[in-house]
Amino acid sequence: MTMLSMKHLLRGIAATVLLGFAGLACAAQPAPPLPGDSIYQLPLPLTDSQGQTLDWRALRGKPRLVSMFYTSCQYICPLIIESGKAVERQLTPAQQKRLGVLLVSMDPARDNPATLKKVVDQRKLDLTRWTLATPPANDVRSVAAVLGIRYRQLADGEFNHSSMLILVDANGRILARTEKIGTQPDPDFVAAVRKAVGG
Amino acid sequence: MRKRLTAPLLVLGLVVLPLAGLAAGVVAGRYAGLPGGQFKSVLRYEDAKNGVRIKPFALMRKPVTNADFLAFLKRHPEWRRDRVSSVFAESRYLSHWAGPDKLGPNALPDRPVVWVSWFAADAYCSWLGARLPTWNEWEYAAAADETHRDARQDPAWRERILGWYSRSSRDALPRVGMQAANAYGVHDLHGLVWEWTEDASSLMVDSDNRTQGDPDRGKFCGAGALSMDDRENYAVMMRVAMLSSLEGRDTTANMGFRCARSAP
Repeated sequence: MTMLSMKHLLRGIAATVLLGFAGLACAAQPAPPLPGDSIYQLPLPLTDSQGQTLDWRALRGKPRLVSMFYTSCQYICPLIIESGKAVERQLTPAQQKRLGVLLVSMDPARDNPATLKKVVDQRKLDLTRWTLATPPANDVRSVAAVLGIRYRQLADGEFNHSSMLILVDANGRILARTEKIGTQPDPDFVAAVRKAVGG
Repeated sequence: MRKRLTAPLLVLGLVVLPLAGLAAGVVAGRYAGLPGGQFKSVLRYEDAKNGVRIKPFALMRKPVTNADFLAFLKRHPEWRRDRVSSVFAESRYLSHWAGPDKLGPNALPDRPVVWVSWFAADAYCSWLGARLPTWNEWEYAAAADETHRDARQDPAWRERILGWYSRSSRDALPRVGMQAANAYGVHDLHGLVWEWTEDASSLMVDSDNRTQGDPDRGKFCGAGALSMDDRENYAVMMRVAMLSSLEGRDTTANMGFRCARSAP
């Protein structure tokens, strides 16, 4: 093969590849490689309250508050949601738009799109910002481990778990965490969120 | 009593062995079958005051060795120390090996693999179609001495285990399987390395006294942190304290693991 035809061939391949990706390009920019310390290094298919299953890497692109919960939880979990809302209230509307909130269920046996949607409706969560989702049962330990959340299922099906909000940047690097749960957010944590979403 | 225990053991043996054989010839005989049953953990579970129910399971007779782990890395190079993501393993991960895929003098093939993170241990077991044992399974298996299934009240046995903890961790690790098997046919649960459990992160022993009696802090949902039911069993308490202090990416000079399988 001559140099020229080689070049031709390569160009042909490149064109085909470009064409093939053209459709995708609108939906997703080619993502830069994930940092090694990103929580998104863990492959994690999540099924959300709308029944859509996507790997959580699809959540890259904006800073996010992340926590774990379960929908049948009576006490602390509603407080986790309230804490997320309380942080949001400390932001301007423009800043709110630049922050996502992800709550991952630790109870895949009972949580499904319908139970998640019930919480979304009851708590009036804005799905343009909030994602409530369930991982496969085998992945719960791993997602808890990358987040540094501890949990134990009790004999009656309830869970003991550490309650915290974790702030990750657009690439899934943990920037800050708070264990202050409730309607009065931790000022240091709010400052970290403001810095992450920008003025 | 004996009769009731033998039946599930037999069933387990019949089912587990062919399964294990599927993975590779060398796997056959690598696991011991344990019958399970009602078990009183050293941990005080408010939700299970009369003990926990352990289902029949199989446990590796010996901890995973450096040679075993190297075989895994050949198939899954993404877990080599030079390629693993830092979210899954801290910088000391396998740092005692001569190279990313080379054991060397500080990591002899038949020594238990240490400096491994929970994520790496979990990945190794998944590779075999197995899993890490739960804390309850590990504690249940480790309650046995050479002749009794529950030797925990034997002061001599407790002394023997504590003797190991008082030895310097700077000494080189012995080979796996040097110690006699316990009543289930499992070696080295005590006296060699610490071991990861699947639910290491469920052992929420709150060591921070400042959080005691402060429910507003809401650190732990529900009944809260675990406490110990048997404060005389120091050896097991140390295990719990160690596991509860580690994150999934942490590694230590003495932390290894072995895998388990549920009875189908």
